[in-house]
Amino acid sequence: MTAVEAEKHEGEMARTSVQDLSTDEAPRPAEAGSATGRWLRFLIPVLMLVGLIVVWQVYVMVYDVPHYILPSPVRVAQALAADWPVLLSALWVTLTITLKALVIALVGGVALAILMAQSKWIELALYPYAVILQVTPVVAIAPLILIYTPTTQAAILICAWIVAFFPVLSNTTQGLRSTDHNLLNLFELYRASRWQTLIFLQLPNALPYFLAGLRIAGGLALIAAVVGEFAAGTAGAGSGLAFRLLESQYRLNIPRLFGALILLSLTGVLIFAATSLVSHLLLRKWHESAVRREN
Amino acid sequence: MNTAAIATAPDPTTASHAPLVSLRGVSKTFSNGTVALQNMSLDIGEREFVSLLGPSGCGKSTALRIIAGLGDTTSGTITWPGVRDDTTAKSRHEIGFVFQEPTLMPWATVFNNVWLPLRLRGVSRSAARGDVMEALGMVGLEKFADSYPRELSGGMKMRVSIARALITRPKLLLMDEPFAALDEITRFKLNNDLLHLWEKFGWTVIFVTHSVFESVYLSSRIVVMASRPGRVIDELAIDAPYPREEEFRTSSIYNEYCRKTSDALHAAMEGSEHR
Ligand SMILES: Nc1ncnc2c1ncn2[C@@H]1O[C@H](COP(=O)(O)OP(=O)(O)OP(=O)(O)O)[C@@H](O)[C@H]1O
Ligand SMILES: [Mg+2]
Repeated sequence: MTAVEAEKHEGEMARTSVQDLSTDEAPRPAEAGSATGRWLRFLIPVLMLVGLIVVWQVYVMVYDVPHYILPSPVRVAQALAADWPVLLSALWVTLTITLKALVIALVGGVALAILMAQSKWIELALYPYAVILQVTPVVAIAPLILIYTPTTQAAILICAWIVAFFPVLSNTTQGLRSTDHNLLNLFELYRASRWQTLIFLQLPNALPYFLAGLRIAGGLALIAAVVGEFAAGTAGAGSGLAFRLLESQYRLNIPRLFGALILLSLTGVLIFAATSLVSHLLLRKWHESAVRREN
Repeated sequence: MNTAAIATAPDPTTASHAPLVSLRGVSKTFSNGTVALQNMSLDIGEREFVSLLGPSGCGKSTALRIIAGLGDTTSGTITWPGVRDDTTAKSRHEIGFVFQEPTLMPWATVFNNVWLPLRLRGVSRSAARGDVMEALGMVGLEKFADSYPRELSGGMKMRVSIARALITRPKLLLMDEPFAALDEITRFKLNNDLLHLWEKFGWTVIFVTHSVFESVYLSSRIVVMASRPGRVIDELAIDAPYPREEEFRTSSIYNEYCRKTSDALHAAMEGSEHR
C-alpha cells in the first residue's frame, strides 16, 4: 500500500467512525462525561437564577421592604401579568425600532465598507466622518435630531442606527482588508474581475469580522433605542419600553418599572443569542472561532 | 558578472529555438531595503523543466512571482518571445502557480477550492465536476472532495493546491517547493506523477526546491542561486534522458549529477557568506 492509499484508507476509517458515533449503544466514558457536562452547563445557570430569586423574595419578606422601594419577585410577576398589554405594546415598539435600526446599519455598514475597500480615496474621504459620528455621544446629538425629524420614532430610529452602524462598518472594513495576500495573487493570476474577487474571496473572508460586528451592533442598537427614547423624554409621543420606565418612575409604580426592566434585559439577551446563533451557524464548518476543537 | 555570460550562452537543452520567457537584468529591492534579486537573467525554453535551487532567502520565491507577473520589478525586463501573440495578459491565462503555502480558501471545501480557477472563467459546478475529480485523482484526494482544508494535513493541503494549479491545464507551471511538506514516499510518487504529466502534456515547469536530489531527479536544467543579494551563480544541464523512473534514482549518472549539483550549491552558500 502506498502512502497515498494509506492516507485514503485512514480517511475512510475516520469517516465511518464519525457515523458510528450516533449509533453507538454504549457510549464511551469520555462521551458520557461530555453529556453530563452539557447538562451541568444548562443546570448551573438555572439553579443560580432560581437561587437569586429566592434570596430576593426572602430578603423582601424578612426585612419587610416597602414595594415602592424594592418590590418582591412575586409582585413584579403580578405587575408583569397585570400590565401585560401595555408592556407588550411598548416592547413591540422598542423591538421594531431596534431591529429596523440594526437592519439599516447592516446594509449601510456593509455597503460603505465595500465602497471604501474599492478605493483608498473614497476611504480617506468618508472614514473620518464615520469616526466622528461614532465618537460623538448619541445623547448629545439626540436633541438636534429630535428637532430635525418629523416624528419622535424617526429620531429614535436614527439614534439607534448611528450607534449600530459603526461596529459593522469598521469590522467589515477590517475583514475586507485582511484578505490573504497569496489568495489575492491567485485571483489576480486567474484574471478574476473585481466583482469576482469581492464575491468569492473578500466577502467570505470578511464574514467572521462582520459577524463579530453584528453581535456588538445588536446590543448597541437596543441600548441606543432606549437612550434615544430617554432623550425624547415624556414630551415625545413615545410609547416604547423606555417611556414606560420613565412613566413608572414618576408614578412610583416600581413593580411595573422592574417588569419593564426585565423585558428590556430579556430582549437584549435574546438579540445576543440570536446573533450568536447566526454567527455559529455560518462559521461552524470552517472558522476557528466556531469549529469544535478535537486536538 | 558571470550571470550575463550564462544568460547569453546557448540553451543546452532540448528546448525549441525561442525561449518561452526571458528575464533580462531583473532586480527587485523591497521597500525595507532588502535586495531580493540582483541582475538576474534567465531564459526558460518551451517544454523545459527548470529547477531553481538555492539556500533559504535567496529570492527563489521572489523570482517565481516576478515571472508570474505578480509584483513589479525594480529594474530589468521580462519578455515572452515564445508566446505567439505577445500580450502578457494572454500568457498569464495559461500559468499555473503552486505557492509555497497551500493558500486554500478555508471557507470552501476541497472541491470548491479546486474548482475556483474554472469557476472564475465561468464554468459551472456540474460542468467542472469531471475535471475537478480528475485533478483530485492525480494527487490521490478524490475521497476528500467534501472536506474542509482544516480537516486536512499539511501535505494533503499542498496536494489540493497542486490539483488546483493543474486543473486549467496550464502551459507554464510554476511550483514553489510544492513537495517540501510531504513524506519521502509520497514525495517520490508525486515526483514521478509530475514527470509523467509533464511529458504527456508538454508543459514548461519552473520548480523551486531546497533539495539537490529532487532537483536532479526532475530537471532538465538546474539554476543555482545564492543569497544576499539574490542572484544566479551557476547553471547545470542534467542530460539524462526522460522518461526517468525509480531506477534512475540509483543510477551512477544520477549520483554523479547530485555530487556536481551539491558542489555548486556549496559554492553558492560560501559565496553568500562572504558578503
Ligand atoms: N514582502 C517582503 N518585504 C521585504 N522583504 C521581503 C519580502 N518578501 C521577501 N523578502 C526578502 O527577500 C528575500 C528573498 O525572499 P524569498 O521569499 O524570495 O526567498 P526564498 O528563496 O523563496 O526562500 P525560502 O527558500 O526560504 O522560501 C529574503 O531575504 C526576504 O527577507
Ligand atoms: Mg520561498
